[in-house]
Amino acid sequence: MFFSSPAYASTFMPPAGTAIAQQVDTLYGFLVAISFISCVLVIGGFVYFSFKYRRQSENEKGGGLSHHNLLEFLWSFIPFVLFMVAFVWGWIVYSHLRSMPKDGLEIAIQAQKWNWTFVYKSGKSSSGEFYVPIDQDVKMVMTSKDVIHSFYVPAFRNKQDVVPGRYTTLWFHPNKIGDYQIFCAEYCGDQHSGMLAKVHVVSRQKYEEWLANDEFKGLSLEQVGQKVYTSRCMVCHNTTDEKKIGPGWKGIWGKEEALEGGSTVKVDENYLRESIVNPNAKIVKGYPPAMTSFAGQLSEQEMLGVIEYIKSLK
Amino acid sequence: MSTANVSHSSSGEYHHHTAHHFENAEAEYNASKFGVWLFLCTEILMFGGLFVGYIIYHQRYPEIFHTGAKFLDWRLGATNTVVLLISSLTMALSIYYAQVNNKKMVLVNLYVTLACAFVFLGIKWIEWSHKIHEGLLPGRLFHYDGPEAAVKDLPMYFGFYFGMTGLHASHVICGMALIVWLIVRAHKGHFGKNYWTPLECVGLFWHLVDLIWIYLFPLLYLIG
Amino acid sequence: MASSDPNKNYLNEKSGLMSWLTTLDHKRIGVMYMIAVMFFFLCGGIFAMLLRTELIHAGPTIMNSQQYNQVMTLHGAIMVFMVIIPGIPAFMGNFFLPMQIGAKDVAFPKLNLISWYCLIIGAIVVVASLFYHGVDTGWTFYTPYSIKTMNGTTLVVAGAFIIGFSSILTGLNFVATVHKLRAPGMSFFRMPLFVWALYSTAILQVLATPVLGITLLLLVFERTMGIGIFDPEMGGDPVLFQHFFWFYSHPAVYIMILPAMGVVSELMATFCRKPVFGYKAVAFSSIGIAAVSFFVWGHHMFVSGQSEVAGILFSFITMLVGVPTAIKCFNWVATMYKASIRFDSPFLFALGFLFLFTIGGVTGIMLATIGFDVHVHDTYFVVAHFHYVMVGGTLMAIMGGFYYWLPKMFGRMYNEFWARVTFVLIFVGFNVTFFPQFILGTMGMPRRYFDYLPEYQPLNTISSIGAYTIGTGFLIALFVILHCIFKGEKAPDNPWGARTLEWQTKSPPPHENFYQQPVVTGGPYEYR
Repeated sequence: MFFSSPAYASTFMPPAGTAIAQQVDTLYGFLVAISFISCVLVIGGFVYFSFKYRRQSENEKGGGLSHHNLLEFLWSFIPFVLFMVAFVWGWIVYSHLRSMPKDGLEIAIQAQKWNWTFVYKSGKSSSGEFYVPIDQDVKMVMTSKDVIHSFYVPAFRNKQDVVPGRYTTLWFHPNKIGDYQIFCAEYCGDQHSGMLAKVHVVSRQKYEEWLANDEFKGLSLEQVGQKVYTSRCMVCHNTTDEKKIGPGWKGIWGKEEALEGGSTVKVDENYLRESIVNPNAKIVKGYPPAMTSFAGQLSEQEMLGVIEYIKSLK
Repeated sequence: MSTANVSHSSSGEYHHHTAHHFENAEAEYNASKFGVWLFLCTEILMFGGLFVGYIIYHQRYPEIFHTGAKFLDWRLGATNTVVLLISSLTMALSIYYAQVNNKKMVLVNLYVTLACAFVFLGIKWIEWSHKIHEGLLPGRLFHYDGPEAAVKDLPMYFGFYFGMTGLHASHVICGMALIVWLIVRAHKGHFGKNYWTPLECVGLFWHLVDLIWIYLFPLLYLIG
Repeated sequence: MASSDPNKNYLNEKSGLMSWLTTLDHKRIGVMYMIAVMFFFLCGGIFAMLLRTELIHAGPTIMNSQQYNQVMTLHGAIMVFMVIIPGIPAFMGNFFLPMQIGAKDVAFPKLNLISWYCLIIGAIVVVASLFYHGVDTGWTFYTPYSIKTMNGTTLVVAGAFIIGFSSILTGLNFVATVHKLRAPGMSFFRMPLFVWALYSTAILQVLATPVLGITLLLLVFERTMGIGIFDPEMGGDPVLFQHFFWFYSHPAVYIMILPAMGVVSELMATFCRKPVFGYKAVAFSSIGIAAVSFFVWGHHMFVSGQSEVAGILFSFITMLVGVPTAIKCFNWVATMYKASIRFDSPFLFALGFLFLFTIGGVTGIMLATIGFDVHVHDTYFVVAHFHYVMVGGTLMAIMGGFYYWLPKMFGRMYNEFWARVTFVLIFVGFNVTFFPQFILGTMGMPRRYFDYLPEYQPLNTISSIGAYTIGTGFLIALFVILHCIFKGEKAPDNPWGARTLEWQTKSPPPHENFYQQPVVTGGPYEYR
């Protein structure tokens, strides 16, 4: 009832998608065990003493020793040893999480407010859907176009901050077919909790098919635009005229739009194109300069598709 | 330490009342100095943050800092260093003269300290107004159009320059206000061989202001 | 020394609002801090209730995402800067540090008053941001997001800068007071453990807060002038901000917990009617925690992009700071061995502290284990951990200390039955609110999330119900405290039979604290 999978219910961890995730789980098990035992000792201790040493009479005072050096040493040294075990074990698991394999499938990740773009070496780029083949080292080189984000896959027990102005790296080796949730784990503004994506671990064959596949095959330009809208624009724009983070798209084609600063502009192909690659050049009145540029992220086909789609929203 | 603690005895000499929670005047004097030292620690940590930032970026972007430093005149910086050192000397002398009950020389030294501070700020103003005029300003305010502007992110240098010298100058101004306060009290004869605590406390602060400049000068003007 | 009129005390010696606003009496200043902190806690608490109400269901419940992010930020900023940091030192420390060492006041009473005004003025500046476009960065103000977002951010950062002076000046005052104003015979090892705790805290306040000061100042310049130090578009490094920020903010969390541990030591000694076991170990562990706390800041940044070597080093040093912390817990439990225990409300809160802080502490070790932290960093696991130590730790100690010292501060007793009710509501409510959050974090739910996936729904609902329970507990506690101050039964000078110096004078204390200079001839917890 509470948990959607037996994995959650037994350890609270999501189902593991990599071998290293299982190593993290074992470490976690150890940490929970020593924590639980420590709590039982301390809490059990004081609960027991609470009952045993209740004040029996009005002026009774406490007795017992004032200090005991051996005891001090023992309860310093034993925790220290346990902490060192945890430290070393943690170090080992961490080095596995972080040591990048020499070879592997390299994928570039671009984070921006509020979506993830995955760019493959073949030139194919995907928004929000991260396809990888099973049993393969996958290396990611990541950067942000605006503020700090963090790429987090709970099923892989791994995350890495994605920082503007530099590249950070992450890697994993999926060993189970499935779809795994990606979260943004560094607060990045309004739609931080909506910056979701999915890792799709598929067979090698399915992966090759997906890579070669033109996702827009057989689609009209308008349908292409609708697909792009769903994966990239929907976070901030409605297809009604209702305001979201940005203006709604219904009925804007051909309109004279009032801008911040007093001027107006006609909503045509040029204005839409500029709004996508240089959104802060012209801001619609009443809106903040919140949109991050999509320059270099939309192919010409996708760009034209979005324009067609907007035209269709009468 | 307030003027309300002062009274005049029948012979005309001024007598400082120790605050009620101190056992005696010596305890109050020791505690006051201790407190000022603690405050100086906080100042060192605050400026330290700026210095650490400066060193990190200097390592990362040597070209920016080398270019930016070209706009500084080391002779003006050196003059300011000498001026502040003199002012530290006269500040220390004012304490000595209080200890030997020489009110006139206390005042002379305090006035010279104040004058040095004015000279320091005057030279600072010359340096700053030149840069402001040229458009050598931090970050978004930068609008210099000489050949050096081609160095990418050069405005960051001026962020550090104005940040560090500005924070320091604000402390010079606070120090001057404190010295004026000391001058007023010295005129009223509050300081003498039995009581010179405020002189010593402000003196400690003034020495720190001088010391920070002694670090700023080579960092900004010399290693460039 | 004091006027020997037994009817005169620090409360009724002078009257009128101005006599309070210009007071130099550390006890009055302590009471003024008490009022301020209680008010700020009410504000931060209301934001917490709003936040948990929003999270009771997935999707927008009572607010939109922008409003949630502002509520989340203000809850954190108010609780951290205006409640938990000043809470014990500025309120109970100001009142009782001088008394516990047999002094008449702190070393610099005027500086003490200035500290209070810094808190108030800073708080006004922070609240002004609400009316000026708000702030939505989270209390950590990470760049570059904090450089470009909402205009109210500059005000909150400036307000926090001013509040920082309150902390620095209080710390400075306490270090000087402990060094220079101890009564005759009060050597360092005869000081109560509360004083050791406040002293260690004060060193942190003096050394760490200035670094936050310069960091916030630089952030204000970054926002207003674009100096470029933290902005990658101008060559700056956003991770450098994190280093500067956490260099203060990690010692800050020890500023929050050390005084609470000091209170617990006092409660242990009094209600067990014996000295705290291992006095020197507990005293030195306070200093040890303070010293090591300066070297662990990078454990907030394991996945920030800092080098792996740095991560390993910070993990190791963080483990070290766990040792003196564990030592304290064991010494407190050992104090209860062969003790003579009375379960008045203050002691219930001390036991509550021991229960909750132990859980908070072991989860801290879990987080210090870098291989595990990668999974739970920036998830609800961290949120649960810090609430266990800050609320389950510090706030429980504040409640315990409050009830303990109310009779001394106001000469009146609180209602024991209702105080116990608050304990039950707060203790149970706290666990219901925050234990599920450990599970949520392990399941992968990130923090600062306005909305969440359906699998996180049931635990979020439970957590929110717990929040209402705690809220009720604190509201009742407010009434218990107010009733005590204005209508409580007259209390004897030493209702608990405690041995520290503040209990050897009248309740409420006279203006000069003691009628005669105390001369100390033994330890702080000697029972005859």
